[in-house]
This record gives sequence, C-alpha cells and structure tokens, in this order.
Amino acid sequence: MADTTVHSVDHDHHHESEAHWNGGSRPFKASYGKLMMWYFLLSDAFTFAGFLIAYGTLRVSMNTWPVPDFVFSTFPGGFHHKPLYFVTVMTFILLFSSYTMVRAVQEGHRENKNGVVFWMILTIVGGAGFLGCQAWEWSMLMGKEHMSITTNPFSAHIEAGTYLEGDGHDIKAGDTFEAGESYLIHKHGDEWHNLKYTVNGGPNDGMVKQQEFGPKAFGALFFFITGFHGFHVLSGVIFLIIICVNAASGLYVKRKNGYEMVEKIGLYWHFVDLVWVFVFLVFYLI
Amino acid sequence: MAHLTYEQSKSKAFTIIIILGIMTIAEVLFALLGKGYLIEGIEFPAIVMALVMIAMSLAKAYLIVYEFMHMKYEVPGLVKSVLLPTLLLVWAIVAFFYEGNGWNKSRTKLINKYKGIDDTQIDKGIGFIDNDTYYLN
Repeated sequence: MADTTVHSVDHDHHHESEAHWNGGSRPFKASYGKLMMWYFLLSDAFTFAGFLIAYGTLRVSMNTWPVPDFVFSTFPGGFHHKPLYFVTVMTFILLFSSYTMVRAVQEGHRENKNGVVFWMILTIVGGAGFLGCQAWEWSMLMGKEHMSITTNPFSAHIEAGTYLEGDGHDIKAGDTFEAGESYLIHKHGDEWHNLKYTVNGGPNDGMVKQQEFGPKAFGALFFFITGFHGFHVLSGVIFLIIICVNAASGLYVKRKNGYEMVEKIGLYWHFVDLVWVFVFLVFYLI
Repeated sequence: MAHLTYEQSKSKAFTIIIILGIMTIAEVLFALLGKGYLIEGIEFPAIVMALVMIAMSLAKAYLIVYEFMHMKYEVPGLVKSVLLPTLLLVWAIVAFFYEGNGWNKSRTKLINKYKGIDDTQIDKGIGFIDNDTYYLN
C-alpha cells in the first residue's frame, strides 16, 4: 500500500513539474537554461571585449610595441623563428574540439548515449590538449624569455643603428638594424644584458644608446587575457567531465529532453572557441 | 537543427569545420605573406592587413555562432536580444581607439619637449629623460 502511494506521488510530481509553466508558449521557444546560457555568454563577451579593447587602446598609445611574429615564434623541439606555427596548432586543437562537441550534441538529439559519451571524451581531450599547449607557451615566455607582468624584454627599435656588442645568440657586434626591427633582451643569471648600439641617421645620429625594455603593459595584458581565456577552457573541461560522467551514468536518459545539458555546455564550449578567434586575431595576427 | 535530419546535420557540421580550418590557414598565410615572411620584398600596408584579418575573423565568428551554436535555428527574438547588444561595442572600439591615439600624441609631445635639451646636459646626469620614459611606459 505504502509503495503504491509513494509511486503515485512521484507520478503526480512529475506531471506537476511539466505543468509548472503557465505562461503560454515559452519565451523565444527556448528552455530557461538555454536562454540564460545565451545571456551569460553575452555578458562574458562584453568582459572579453573590454579586455581586448584595452589591449588595442594601450597598443595604439605607444610608439613601439613588440611584434607578435617575433614574440610567438618558438615551436616544441627547440625550433626558433617559426612565426605563428605553434599558435596555429593550438587554434586547430580548439576548432577540432568544437567539431566533436557539435557531434556530441547531435548524438544527444537522437538520444544515443554511447555517441554522446564518445564525442564528449574527444572534446575533453581537445580541451586538455589546448591547455597543455598554453602551459608550454607560457613556460617558454616566463622561463626562457623571462617575460613577466612587470618586465617585458620584447620590443622593437624606433631608430636604425649598429650594435656595439653581441648577445651570444643571433646578434653579433657590428650588426646593423633598421627602425621597427624587433629584439629580445636576454637575461643571464640575474643580470639583464641590454645591448649597446650607436644610432645611424636621424636627429640622434652617432649617439650611443642601449636597448630599452618594451612596454610593460604587453606582458600584463598577454598573461591576463590569455590566462582568463585559459581559465574559461579549464572550467569548460571540468564541466565537460561532470556532464560526460552524468551522461554515461544514464542520468539524462531519464530526462528525455534530448540531452539538453550537453547542448548547454556545448554553447559554452563554442563560445570559448569564439573568444579564441578574437584573441588569436588581436594578439597574434595583427 | 529542427529542419535537418541527423544525416544532413552531421555532414553539415563536417563541412563547416573544414571551412573553418581552411579559413584559419588562409588567415595565417595571409599574415605571414603580408608581413614579408613568405616572399622577399612583398609587404602589405598595416591597415589592409588589419581589415582583411578582422573581416575573416568576423566570418569565422558568424559560422561558429550561426552553425555550431545553432543561432540560425533560433527564433528572431532570441537572435536579436543576444546579437543587438554587441553593437554597443562598435562605439566602445571607436571611442577607446580615439582615446589611445590621444595618449600617443601626449607621449610624443612630452618626448619632443625633452629633445630640445642638448645631450651634454643629459650626460652630466640630470637624467630626467630616463625617469619620464619610465613613467611613459
């Protein structure tokens, strides 16, 4: 007797929750969760836009700025002078994980549990791979090139000149350079080696100067903006894992709503990819 | 989604990811070409580079939002309520770049002011140029 009562109460509850919505058709024919995800993403887009606009504003306010093709030119395996190669690989990893996410959502729509789990695992692998690449890029910039949020050893010359000393890497004493040419100040031990040079031409012709550090805003902006994006990827991966486990456990089978949870995390994941399109544009391409 | 069968949407997603991949490669090649890395002596003006890159990125953003995020299949009200507010950013970009240019002019003015001082004084160690450039950076 008691069992049947519980059962019927459960049933009633189920019907009630379906009948909770009394406002006629749903706003925008989308569920509450999906709609709110869209508005969250809109607000997040404004946050990222604010950061990227700050980057652009500071960049145009300086008469010298590090050239991205020079700064981001290392590749795993000891390769140098490979402008944009590594970051293109990162972009492809993220794009690929976006595709696997689409496939997971599609499998969810036809209630195919195994398909959802399979494609979500691939998405998680892609997200983790992207984070690994970012960790490598950061460790190169911080450990090898000694860029930090307060010191930026990357800059570009504002006048032509001739080096008076070499740096033991690419530059030898007597090498000449043009205005706009990039340089990296090396650090040996605890000491920075700002190379001395004589200016060729212009109002300061013949003057002896030394390499100056680049705009410090560059390091802070780079680590903060790519770090904020990386944090989004990290939280995305965590949520993907949770939802993947839930899907594998059969939780969403009972809900019979076409794996809507997978669709919502899918929206978030595509947004992370979308933001990367613009981070890639602003930091690396322009 | 609603208007496509499973097979159709599957092949569509594949087409879109291939297009996005090709566009990314095109962007990178164009960046390297325009900055003179691929062919010696060929360089495009910075403004041309920036405009082409922005146009291609916006096209990629369209594909991601409309196809991958299914914005194409949402009702017009939802589309408008999400996309129209982003138009505010147009003004933010215009205003802040105008401001950034203003800062650049002030900086240049300061630097030029100190250029009038002859080098002998700097050598004696009055040295306010160093301090100022520190703050300017």
